[in-house]
Amino acid sequence: MNNELLNEFTFFVLAIFVGIEVISKVPTILHTPLMSGTNAIHGIILVGAIVIAAGADSPVNIVLGLVAVILATTNVVGGFVVTDRMLEMFKGRQTAKAPTPTPTPKPK
Amino acid sequence: MTTLIAIAYLIAAVLFILGLRQLSSPKSARNGNFTAAAGMVIALGATFPLLHFTTAGVVIIAVGVIIGGAVGTVGARMVKMTAIPQMVALFNGVGGGAAALVAVAELLRFGAHPAFTEAFPSVFSIVIGSVSFAGSMVAFAKLQELMTGTPITYPGQQLVNGLLAAAIIGFAIAVLVIASVPFSFVSLMVLALVLGVAFVLPIGGADMPVVISLLNAFTGLAVAASGFTLNNFALIVAGTLVGASGSLLTKLMSDAMGRSLANVLFGAFGQVHAGATAAAGKEGRSVRTASAEDLGTLLAYSQRVIIVPGYGLAVAQAQHAVRELAVLLEKRGVDVSYAIHPVAGRMPGHMNVLLAEANVPYEQLKEMDEINDEFKNADVVLVVGANDVVNPAARSSPGSPIYGMPILNADQAKNIVFMKRSMRPGFAGIDNDLMYDPKTIMFFGDAKDSMTKLINAVKAA
Repeated sequence: MNNELLNEFTFFVLAIFVGIEVISKVPTILHTPLMSGTNAIHGIILVGAIVIAAGADSPVNIVLGLVAVILATTNVVGGFVVTDRMLEMFKGRQTAKAPTPTPTPKPK
Repeated sequence: MTTLIAIAYLIAAVLFILGLRQLSSPKSARNGNFTAAAGMVIALGATFPLLHFTTAGVVIIAVGVIIGGAVGTVGARMVKMTAIPQMVALFNGVGGGAAALVAVAELLRFGAHPAFTEAFPSVFSIVIGSVSFAGSMVAFAKLQELMTGTPITYPGQQLVNGLLAAAIIGFAIAVLVIASVPFSFVSLMVLALVLGVAFVLPIGGADMPVVISLLNAFTGLAVAASGFTLNNFALIVAGTLVGASGSLLTKLMSDAMGRSLANVLFGAFGQVHAGATAAAGKEGRSVRTASAEDLGTLLAYSQRVIIVPGYGLAVAQAQHAVRELAVLLEKRGVDVSYAIHPVAGRMPGHMNVLLAEANVPYEQLKEMDEINDEFKNADVVLVVGANDVVNPAARSSPGSPIYGMPILNADQAKNIVFMKRSMRPGFAGIDNDLMYDPKTIMFFGDAKDSMTKLINAVKAA
């Protein structure tokens, strides 16, 4: 196992822990936007798609690169835009909540 | 230059992590999305300087980004709020597909005998990316109602899926050990696509959010694997973050439904038959219906009304009409609140978003635990296009696919008004005993039309 691979593996393992830790307290109503947000983040495969597309020199590589770039860009752009649309709604609700802080009595 | 790029990738990784943290809190969620997007822009910008471009490369990147950007923007902007779940499935699927294609291109470049440490992540990425792509497309089709939402099962299904998995492992070993030739890894990709379809077919439409979340985590892992192949830290870190947080999110979602992930994914096997016979046994029972005028009077002279919104409300875009009815009732002194089941609609939070759009006051939206004890004091429960979330079978019949899911105690109210398009079962594909309850009145029709009729009836009452 060479040094670079070991480095990469270290990043991999640490990222697992960070990924779990950072969202562990998410409320139910944010499950969908969070899923959509992480969905946009894995659109970073666009970096990979650009890397393979950049050096494309054969017909096969050109087709692979083109399709990969299209799919990955759709993932990134669509992912972030659709997440924003969802969260836009939440923002409206937050401001609607602020001016009328009527505490609803909890029945027990 | 390489140092600068490494620093840029580090900044991008930090922005992704901060973005995720902001996304998990309602106050900062929207900023979190921007933070993550900023990370993406930095990571992309840092990718270009070191690349050697062929002319064809420049052209296909430009064309690809324009096409993908247009499709993504238009798709995400034009989609109706109701269809957002399937849109997420679609965007997830294309990411998985891209990861698989990147891996195929890399394997082609490596030649017939690549180093194991480079070939293994590529093979992993092809398999997982393809499963995610095909599975997401099926999830999309189920949610878009291009195909039935009920679980599709057939005899020997587990055997077929098992054989598919075995064949995939066989081809994976062939690529890794014998020779990495296009025939092997293209076969691998095709088999993984078939497995993705076969894996999602037996899962009911109501469980699609959990499946999409799982496939989202899959895509994350496929992207991380591509990062190992390309020796790219940004891909490894971002992909792994999504893989890990997506896995946890999948678990949280199935917890919210009161079920284990295994039950969601494999629960359909062997259970559909029991469900089908039970439904058949119930045929011929009658339901009670009433006119809009009768219902309007009932509502207008109630003390407490609880509205249970579901997917039918979303489909009919009835949120504004519901709000109008609620305002009308409140003017008459009726106490109105909304009971939001954690998985109402097609995704957690779906109903909150829709009702917020119609300016329903936040305080009237009650979560399940908060309102479940109040149903027994309610005069009328108005079930608007919801079904499975009030199905008592979740409590009483162990054979039911939704058995064990916490439900809203709508059956405890004095009157239950069911607004539905038809007697068609809900997304879980099972009959709902509550519709045959003597306290229940069925009011058939599109949720928005029915709501308008009720509004007029309440005005007249």
